[in-house]
Amino acid sequence: MTALPQNTPKKLGLVIDLDTCVGCHACAVNCKEWNAGGHMAPLTDLDPYGKEPDGVWFNRIHSYEVTDSEGRSQTVNFPRSCLHCEDAACVTVCPTGASYKREEDGIVLVNEDKCIGCKLCSWACPYGAREFDTDQGVMKKCTLCVDRIYNENLPEQERLPACVMTCPTSARHFGDLGDPESDVSKLVAERGGVNLMEELNYKPTNKYLPPRPRRRDMKSSPAEGFLEPVVSTSENPVLYWIDRVLSR
Amino acid sequence: MHPAFSVILFTTASGAGYGLMALLGALLWRGDLAAETTLQLSTLLIGLVLVTTGLLSSTFHLGHPERAWRAFSQWRSSWLSREGVLAVATYIPAGLLGLTLLFPEMVPLNVKWLGLALAALSLCTVFATAMIYRSLAPVRAWSNQWTVPCYLVLAVMTGAILLNAIVVSAGLIIEDIHLVTWILCLVGYSLKKCYWRFVDLDSNPSTPATATGLNHMGEVRVFEAPHSSDNYLLKEMGFSVGRKHADKLRKIALICGFLLPFGASLLSPVLLSFGVVLALAGVLSATIGILAERWLFFAEARHVVTLYYGR
Repeated sequence: MTALPQNTPKKLGLVIDLDTCVGCHACAVNCKEWNAGGHMAPLTDLDPYGKEPDGVWFNRIHSYEVTDSEGRSQTVNFPRSCLHCEDAACVTVCPTGASYKREEDGIVLVNEDKCIGCKLCSWACPYGAREFDTDQGVMKKCTLCVDRIYNENLPEQERLPACVMTCPTSARHFGDLGDPESDVSKLVAERGGVNLMEELNYKPTNKYLPPRPRRRDMKSSPAEGFLEPVVSTSENPVLYWIDRVLSR
Repeated sequence: MHPAFSVILFTTASGAGYGLMALLGALLWRGDLAAETTLQLSTLLIGLVLVTTGLLSSTFHLGHPERAWRAFSQWRSSWLSREGVLAVATYIPAGLLGLTLLFPEMVPLNVKWLGLALAALSLCTVFATAMIYRSLAPVRAWSNQWTVPCYLVLAVMTGAILLNAIVVSAGLIIEDIHLVTWILCLVGYSLKKCYWRFVDLDSNPSTPATATGLNHMGEVRVFEAPHSSDNYLLKEMGFSVGRKHADKLRKIALICGFLLPFGASLLSPVLLSFGVVLALAGVLSATIGILAERWLFFAEARHVVTLYYGR
């Protein structure tokens, strides 16, 4: 059924820290590596070594420049993947029942055997989480590594989504966002985690932690002083003389 | 949004077909055309051919057309599924009507009630099509109050332009049909103008800042793209049409889709044999205009995912 479950007591999801993400794309690569053989396999690549490579990825790592009202700018790396929304329109629009949200943990999945490839779910997703596999003729999406997190053949510490496992700066956290006492829920509360495109009211499970405020006590940029004498006479006569000579 | 030809053909052809069948149904309900069995049958046949062509074409854009039957299962939540169910259900009164008209002795069903069922199901199918777009919140140009009236009126209008031509070709003058065609052309024209006015003035509450959750930090600009060539998202959702072309196509849509058919249907009943040529020209003109209108409906619609890409 493509009707959404009334309530999922467990809300498994990711918390992504935009403060520590360095934009290395390791999550995207490890996700691709695992999922190319996982639940949604294959993740087809078309023309992979040619001029117009195109393939299915569950993670896309954007980079943005954010400029505040005083003109100070900073780079924010931004990994984008399925947010496993509570009000997942991608599920309700599905005409075949291939898309579904699991009652037991809130994970949104696609049953590839039922998918007719109408692409309507990808239109219904504001976050671009779903990518169509033109070779297989079905829609693909992040599974939250459903085949890792419950996989008893893996050592317990590896029962995490591939993107979380591989992140070198621990910018990605996995847990139950339905439990206010979980580590991820505490992290969201502590750091003021936010929903993406709140105005559309999809109630995403995944949260993003905004970058911490930058230091504001820095003196003016060193570049501005380049053409002025660097040292005054009273501070150090020798350096003052060198500065004078070099400034000629 | 990428204007897929199969979906444009589906919404325009099946729209006209359902519009035509809705009008036929309404006429039968009113008891008009009672003596005109050939006219009724040919109208029904044209309607069914258009609807079937559209439905078949819509399966061409599927990744797995052989699984299309599965789309009838999720009518409780999905407008696409409801559309499929209603589209197939419409064949029942249409088929029974055809049999009743062909073999009145063998299938003595009440044409009046079949007409009502045909009209109701035809309109419901077009409504479901419109609701597919109306309910997609990520596309502001679709999820607004103008989408459903535009789809409904344009479907019945194109049906009326066709019916006008069929009636004129049969050498008949049925005042109500000609009158309805004129009115629908004018209503359709006004609705489409309102729709474009709305989408031109609409401002999207979603911005790159809300998309990234960085609203409190300042202005958000794309620094680097996540990939070096277009992916599925950009090919499917990142389609954009040049303003210059959009303006020209809007003019073509308004003139060919509404004004010329209006003129043709106004003059065709009074011009005897030349009226047939004129009415058919009206159909051709409406086809061109409504195809342009539907192409723009997709091509001009922006999906919010493009905000992540700074487009």
